[in-house]
Amino acid sequence: MLDQPAEGYVTADGRQIGPVVLELKNITLRFGGVEAIKNISFDIREGEIRAIIGPNGAGKSSMMNVISGFYVPQEGEILYKGYKRRKMPPYQVARTGIARTFQNIALFEGMSVLDNIMTGRINLMKSGFLKQALWWGPASREEDEHRAKVEKVIDFLEIQHIRKTPVARLPYGLKKRVELARALAAEPQILLLDEPMAGMNVEEKEDMSRFILDVNDEFGTTIVLIEHDMGVVMDLSDRVVVMDYGKKIGDGTPDEVRGNQDVIDAYLGVAHE
Amino acid sequence: MTTTAPEAALHSVPALLARNASQYARLTAYREKEFGIWQAWTWAQVADEVRAMALGFLALGMARGDHVAIIGRNRPALYWSMVAAQSVGAIPVPLYQDAVTEEMAYVLDHCGARFAICGDQEQVDKVIEVQESVSGIEQILYLDRRGMRKYDHAQMNWLMDVQSEGRAAETRLAPELARRLAEQDYDTTCVMLYTSGTTGKPKGVVLSNRNIIETAKASCSFDKLGFKDEILAYLPMAWVGDFIFSMGQAYWAGFCVNCPENATTMMSDLREIGPTYFFAPPRVFETMLTQVMIRMEDASPAKKRLFDRYMAHARKVGGAILDGKPVSGGDRLKYRMGEMLVYGPLKNTLGLSNIRVAYTAGEAIGPEIFDFYRSLGINLKQLYGQTEASVFITQQPDGEVRSDTVGVPSPGVEVRIAESGEVFYRSPGTFVEYYKNAESTASTKDAEGWVATGDAGFFEEGTGHLRIIDRAKDVGKMADGRLFAPKYVENKLKFYPNILEAVVFGSGRDRCTAFINIDLTAVGNWAERNNIGYSSYQELAGHPQVLAQIQSHVEEVNASVAQDPMLSGCQIHRFLVLHKELDADDGEMTRTRKVKRRFIEEKFADLIAALYSDATSVYTETEVTYEDGRKGALKATLELRDAAVVALAGQRMAAE
Repeated sequence: MLDQPAEGYVTADGRQIGPVVLELKNITLRFGGVEAIKNISFDIREGEIRAIIGPNGAGKSSMMNVISGFYVPQEGEILYKGYKRRKMPPYQVARTGIARTFQNIALFEGMSVLDNIMTGRINLMKSGFLKQALWWGPASREEDEHRAKVEKVIDFLEIQHIRKTPVARLPYGLKKRVELARALAAEPQILLLDEPMAGMNVEEKEDMSRFILDVNDEFGTTIVLIEHDMGVVMDLSDRVVVMDYGKKIGDGTPDEVRGNQDVIDAYLGVAHE
Repeated sequence: MTTTAPEAALHSVPALLARNASQYARLTAYREKEFGIWQAWTWAQVADEVRAMALGFLALGMARGDHVAIIGRNRPALYWSMVAAQSVGAIPVPLYQDAVTEEMAYVLDHCGARFAICGDQEQVDKVIEVQESVSGIEQILYLDRRGMRKYDHAQMNWLMDVQSEGRAAETRLAPELARRLAEQDYDTTCVMLYTSGTTGKPKGVVLSNRNIIETAKASCSFDKLGFKDEILAYLPMAWVGDFIFSMGQAYWAGFCVNCPENATTMMSDLREIGPTYFFAPPRVFETMLTQVMIRMEDASPAKKRLFDRYMAHARKVGGAILDGKPVSGGDRLKYRMGEMLVYGPLKNTLGLSNIRVAYTAGEAIGPEIFDFYRSLGINLKQLYGQTEASVFITQQPDGEVRSDTVGVPSPGVEVRIAESGEVFYRSPGTFVEYYKNAESTASTKDAEGWVATGDAGFFEEGTGHLRIIDRAKDVGKMADGRLFAPKYVENKLKFYPNILEAVVFGSGRDRCTAFINIDLTAVGNWAERNNIGYSSYQELAGHPQVLAQIQSHVEEVNASVAQDPMLSGCQIHRFLVLHKELDADDGEMTRTRKVKRRFIEEKFADLIAALYSDATSVYTETEVTYEDGRKGALKATLELRDAAVVALAGQRMAAE
């Protein structure tokens, strides 16, 4: 693996990559007798785009769920910002600054785009349930502030024209973008994207790639993404983890991974040259 | 118009801004929807912003006579940058933002722009690409910061930074700015606009302050536009119309210019603003009407009945009420009921509730479409103009509005018809020259200031209204000497909602043929309602039932064309439905969506040849350009159809 200074470095295109922000150590996750993740360790640096790739069933989404706190691994530990993360439910993980999107879109279909994105800020709202329900004093002021933040996200992702449209009426590509918007509204430090480009056409993929790069560039958000489209992964990410049958078989820059014989054999097929 | 400042001093746009800043200081000058909220600026604030920008431009070394390219969608700051450039004696050159790089390169090279002001990263990227071949551009300024952080800023600035620098340099540069402002007079160049050019390369039309301000003054008084009016600025900034409406008239009358959030939200922004003064090309009105009709098709039977009943009544008396003609009391009462139940809510949905004056121009508008809006009580009128005239040549006065004329000469404009039938005009708005093109200037404008429009037309006897037949150079003769006026037939075809565009051929031939473009919205909706599956534009365009529909339209048009003995030769004998939409990116249309006839004739020569052969189908491959500039090929086999024509030759001979 490439040796990188612990305190961070600057990429070829001028982005600042910081120190390690999330470290996974010897993670093992079992469902009954099945070992979905086998003793995997890797780290995520601040400000980088980190990809997790691998064939179907390799354990990528399980890994994502471990990071987001949805699954609790039987073995191993997660160090977040230098401290060991204790056992906590996913909503508390979200409060620590980790937001995600889902492989299968998980939006509130009957609600408008705006309301869906507003839900992304739920963890940042201070006034309690009762005050919000009564729309009383500070609650209404607070909502204005949150709305302003949400509008910034809407502007950023260029979805102004569907602000008031119910999500159910949107095409797939836009739903994906709304999901990204909701995750961004939480102002995360780490953004987990589970197959953000699955089922998209070339143009939608180009748009989404641009948005991911812009998010990383504008807000300095650390991005962890799972993706099947190799072109996208190799172009976007700074470092790639390759998984197969729950094991880590490669880790490094896209070029290193591309040249790794294990990866070629297990995932990309045997080279013919 | 009441003015406190002496009008003689109002000889430039910056001077008008200074007047507005004192006279209308606290009235809203600009609104833009951003972050979901309409942000507003008063005239006083605008004057301050423009001043800061102008000082910033001075700090960057903008010189007198420099050309400043402005590329972006309608945004207040971009309008201000035009006035700021004028303030320092530079010449703003707004460009079409959707132009591809080569088109932009030609214009930037031709005008020798030193500064380029871009709306966002997309435009900056294009200008940087242009810089590889064009050397004149020294500074790029941009408005939207997004994605711009990593660019080399040695010769690049954020527009807001330029303003802050200008504010900081107030003491140092204020005397110079005052000097530059004082130099402006009626003959200073106000703006340079590039014509879209249906033939050949675009030409830079130089318009002076006199052209713009005199035109604005005359047209504002024609329609009694005042500081209370509201307009939505959504048409390309590079188009002369937008410059006259959103700059000339807005600064003269002091009314408010509203900028939509982005292009896709235009319809909902229109509804939120409810402008009082509105311009749209016929296509926009057509699209609105199509959408209304499609939605009414899906409405419940009771609503549909109500709509049909009251619309029938509106068609009967609505136009007459609008024109102030006598209408019986009962009809008036029923119309008022309709206003409450149907017309009012409908106008509200369309964002046209507050319209006092609406114009359409650029293409002919279908009589049904035109009458639909007028019957609702919307004062939709037509005007006729061009870039070289600072828009206005003729326009329709209130009460004398019809769909088949373009009105009487605008105030201050003289119009005459040459013997060849071509329309000539002379006015205070007549352009100074084509930039760096004395030859074209001389061939268009004669020594006495008469300008050839290139359109053939005639004054209607009795009313004195001008009627335009076609482009003078498109009007030709068929092989047997009969008159050939393609536009006349194309317009009749385009009035069908299913037909988006039509191109008729026949000059020098023995019979006429046509290319047809279907309207994807209308035909797509029809297909959906009739359970007809399709996966692409091409497939839908080639569907036998669609072809049959188009054929019946063509035959109806033939029957209507046959009514006019002069033009009966223009009936369409054979046609085909094109497999792709005619597109400006492929060079088939201008950016203002006018068909480039010559280009299409060359590009689709194989299809035209097939139309004049006995073949029943033709295989073709067409190059297409995608939005990002890449090219691809479309392959298709098109069916050629014969249309029935009405034979009139016998009658004609008998009559002669």
